This record gives sequence, C-alpha cells and structure tokens, in this order.
Amino acid sequence: MTDAKMPSATPATQENLLLRLAVEHFLFEEAAHLDNWRLDEWLALFTEDGRYVVPTTDLPSGDPKRDVMFIDDDATRLRGRVNRLKSRHAHREYPWSRTRRLITNVRLTRIEPHEIDVEASFAVYRARAEAIAPYIGIYRYTLSRQTDDTFRIRHRRAELDLERLSDHGAVSIIL
Amino acid sequence: MDLSRLVIDDAEHGSFRVHRSVMTSPGILQLERERIFGRSWLYVGHKSEVPKAGDFRRRVVANRPLFMIRGRGGEVRIFINSCLHRGALVCRQDAGNATSFVCFYHGWAYDDGGRLIGVPDPEGYMEDFKTSGRTLVAPAHVDNYRGLYFVNFAKDAMTLPDFLGEARELIDLTIDSAELLGGWQVIRGTAKYDIHANWKLLLENSADNYHFHSTHKTFADYVAEQRRTAGFGRPRVNNIDDSRGLVFKHGHVAMLTRAEGRTIASPSPLWSPEAIAEATRLRDELASRYGAARGHSMADFSRFLIVFPNLAIHDTQSGFKLRQWWPVAPDAIEVTQWELVPRLEREDMARYRLEGAVTFQGPGGFGTPDDIEALESCQVGYRAHEVEWSDLSRGMQRVARSDDELTARGFWRQWHALIQGRPGADRVTDLRAQQPAPTLLSPASGGESGRGMQAGDAR
Repeated sequence: MTDAKMPSATPATQENLLLRLAVEHFLFEEAAHLDNWRLDEWLALFTEDGRYVVPTTDLPSGDPKRDVMFIDDDATRLRGRVNRLKSRHAHREYPWSRTRRLITNVRLTRIEPHEIDVEASFAVYRARAEAIAPYIGIYRYTLSRQTDDTFRIRHRRAELDLERLSDHGAVSIIL
Repeated sequence: MDLSRLVIDDAEHGSFRVHRSVMTSPGILQLERERIFGRSWLYVGHKSEVPKAGDFRRRVVANRPLFMIRGRGGEVRIFINSCLHRGALVCRQDAGNATSFVCFYHGWAYDDGGRLIGVPDPEGYMEDFKTSGRTLVAPAHVDNYRGLYFVNFAKDAMTLPDFLGEARELIDLTIDSAELLGGWQVIRGTAKYDIHANWKLLLENSADNYHFHSTHKTFADYVAEQRRTAGFGRPRVNNIDDSRGLVFKHGHVAMLTRAEGRTIASPSPLWSPEAIAEATRLRDELASRYGAARGHSMADFSRFLIVFPNLAIHDTQSGFKLRQWWPVAPDAIEVTQWELVPRLEREDMARYRLEGAVTFQGPGGFGTPDDIEALESCQVGYRAHEVEWSDLSRGMQRVARSDDELTARGFWRQWHALIQGRPGADRVTDLRAQQPAPTLLSPASGGESGRGMQAGDAR
C-alpha cells in the first residue's frame, strides 16, 4: 500500500479498501469522542497495554525510552490524564476548550492478521480564551484487530510539524 | 514614570507590593533589555551539547543570534551568528558538526575558531584583507561554571563566579551529585513553548510553593492515587516544615523541599526493591564521598534555583531541568527547557527518572499547562489599570518557608535596583529574615529554623 501505483480492482485490493474504510470510520468516531469531550468512551478504545505518545517539536522521531517527550502515557498515566481533564481542576482545560479534528491522508502501512499500522495527517484546532491555534502533524497508530471486526488502540503517536508550541503554549488537550 | 515607586518594600508594615505597569509597559521592557539583559550573565548551553570537536548549537540569547562550537583544541567558543560582510547568519542549522561555516549570501568562510579563512575573488580587496585577523564577533564575556556556559554583553561586567556568588553552592550540590555516575548530559527532546504573559511572572512561578496545592491539585491527587493503589499514604513531597526559600546576592533565589522519588538519591516506596536499594546505595556513597551533611542534602532535597534573570535550574523529583525564557513583548515569552540525566545511570533508574520528568513538568505534563494558564490569567487581569498593585508580602515577618514569597521579593529587589540604573540591591533579604546556608539543610539540621549565616545579605 505504500507505493504510488494506482490500485487495480482485484479482490485483494477491494478487501484492503474496505479495511481502510473501517479504519477511517474508527478514527472519525475516535475524533468525535475527543471533540465532544467523551473522554471515558475515548479511553475505552485502548487495549490494556495501550500507549499514547507525543514527541517534542524538535524531535518528532523521539524514543520515549531515552528521549524527552511531551507526553509518554502508559495505561496508568493515560487514566490519570483523563481523570485530570474530567476533574474541573485542570485549569488550562476548564472551562473546556473547543476542538475540531480534521483527519485525512489515511494510509495503512502494515496489515497483519491481528494488527494494523496506520498513518494519518491531522489538524487539531483548539479554540479558547479569544484565540485559536492549530496543532498540525501526523498520527501513527498500531491498531489491534478485535474478533468482532472492530479495533482497539495499542499505540497512538501524534508527531507535530510545529517548530514550537507558539500560540498553543501547552499540549493541554488530547491530540 | 517614577521608577523608584514601582516596587514598595515596606518591611516595617510587612508589606511588599509591585506596580502592575511593570508587567504591561513597553517602556519597562526596553529598560529591562538595556539594564538587565544587557548587563547580566545569560545562559547559553551545557558542555554536553557539544561533546566532539566541531559540534555546534545555535541559540538566541537576549534577542541575539549566537552559536556555540567546540573547536579542534577542545575549547568551547560562542560567537554572534552574523557574517562580518553584510550580516547574514553563517550557521543556519540548529545543531550539527562542521569544520567551517560558509555564509551562503556571498560565500565568506570562517573556521571553527571564527576566523575569516576565505572570501570569493579576494583580488577585489586590499592585499592583507584575508590575513588581517578578522574573526566573528563574540559577546564581551564568555565563561562557564561547572559546564554551564554563559555570556555577558557588558564590557565592564563582574566575573561569572562573582555573579553567581553563593548560588554556586546549589549548582555544586547538583553537579557533584552525578559525578559518581559520569556527570550530567543534556538529552534529546527540547520543550519549546510560548506563554502570553510577562517574563517576570514565570520567574515568580518557578520558585513558588504557595501555588502548589491550588494550581496543581490534579497532580497531587494523581500522586496520592498512585500511592493509595500501592498501599501508601500521602507523600512527603512539599512538606512545608521540611522546606526553605533562599535568596542570594545579585537576585538569585531558590526553593528547597525534601522530596522522595529522586533517583540521586531518595527512593520512592513505589519503586522496585532493586531501585530502592540502588538509590539508598547512592545516598550512602554521596555521604561517604562528600560528608553526611552535604551528601544527604544532595540526595534528599529538591532544589529549585533561579539564576537571575531568566534561568531555572531545577534538580527535583521531576528530573534535572534547565529552563530559560525570553521576553518577546511585555505580554509574551518564549520558553526553552532541556532535560539532563547522569551519563551512567542504571537503566531502571533512568526509566524512573524519565517517568518523573514527563509526569509533572513540560507542556504535556500534569503541572505545567496549569502554570501557563495561571500566568496568562494574571496577564489578562493586568489589562484593568484600575487595580494598580500586586501583593507579595507573604512570610515577610518570619524565617521564610518555601511557600512564602521571599524568593519573589529577592528577585524583585534586585530587579528594582537594576531598573533604576543602580548596580544592585542593597539587600535582597527581608530585614528580619535569616537563612541557613544551603548545605545546612541536611536531615540532621533541616528541621531547625534559620540560626545560620545570613546568606542573602548583599553587603
């Protein structure tokens, strides 16, 4: 799926296209959870060993084992992040900001029976306190394929194209 | 504008106030650029960022483009990044390794010592042009303390050791503490973020424990939840009785708090038995190497030092961070934050260290976003000129605890002297406040109130 040739209409290709539609559907539903601050529903999309990572702007390829990240959440910290955002004491996000996630250029970069790697471009707009700031970048997912034809998120990585967090100041929302 | 009335330091009545115009006025920022940033020692980078000959890093310091480079002889130099010809940047990458720098505009070339070594078509110039010793311009003074490189643009500046004064002891405690693990190195991944607030607000915030429990309730709750799950009670972090605010000559200030979860070397009960044993071993080794008072002080206390005017040196349970910030407007600052780790830290300890580093501080942590919100909230409040004063009186009548505002006052006293064109504050302490020397805050004496030396007396 990574070369530039037009896919031909073989059965295998059709199957991949359907799979991509299913993945896109999953990503769009996930975005709807986040844009509507349904954080518990969002958290339920993760596997038990799920991970959420945001590298720094100067090192999009950063490795959480040895590099500093903006966010490196294992299941515990991810639950902590959601609880924090729901608490009304996460002052940067209470009152909540408005967000709108645009997700596009979805590509399946690895397809295995139980796992799929996905890349997608994103623009996450955050509006709050008289200002609006876009986070631009690429998502890298590893999705676990469930028996009921749905997905769970095993790994979710949001790499930013920004040189610095200028008008954003922080990554206070979930990207 | 009457500069002498911008800070009201009324020890008699236990009142300390700052006029809010200093947070909004372009004229004040201009004065700060000349009288504070134009005259102070300013941090540029750490030696570990340019480990090999030819390694370079670009930095912007007091609005000036600079780069630091390690030359072939091993020495670190810092130059103003501007071609002698017409001014274009000669170093156009943030980091890398090079033996020479060629200005892309007309092709003037410089070596690793900044010397002009070539110009295209030299026949167009006088014969001795290339050999006349032209060198990229350096700041008036460049020096380092324990591997931290600073510059000063004022020709008549005092030396860096004199400028740091007694604050050096806190830097020494942190630097020495990692010697047995190969010393500190800056690791990859730099936090760069902006705050729409005055630069002095971040200074007030960076050594202030008063805001912790209200601003950072979600973090405190998260830590408590982790401990509860593991069968432990509330942590000993931010125990006010075991903490101090300190002020030093030249406006440097610090907060010390007893903390657990420091990989050098105060274990958290949530760690594995092996990690707890390793931290305990390191603590013992620090005590045997540096003496019990000094070694245990290194291990047990988190140190939040601010080197005047804009460098935070935070060696805490959230890692060892250097944070620097520059005003770009009265209501806007650009922040850069670097993380340092011991070169030879054991893998499991390094893991705990990075987890601590990412959980609280930084743009995606559970703490920093709310600090940013607080600062920006203050700045919005300052739009109403009817409220003229901010109050920083807390703790003026007692030996300062870490949740008092002594540290903010120490900064403001120096700021107020410099902004009026004076060489420095007559005193940075409160009249009645005394403080113990930093190393006296060992477990044995940490609970004692300050009968020690008056370290902050500027005279």
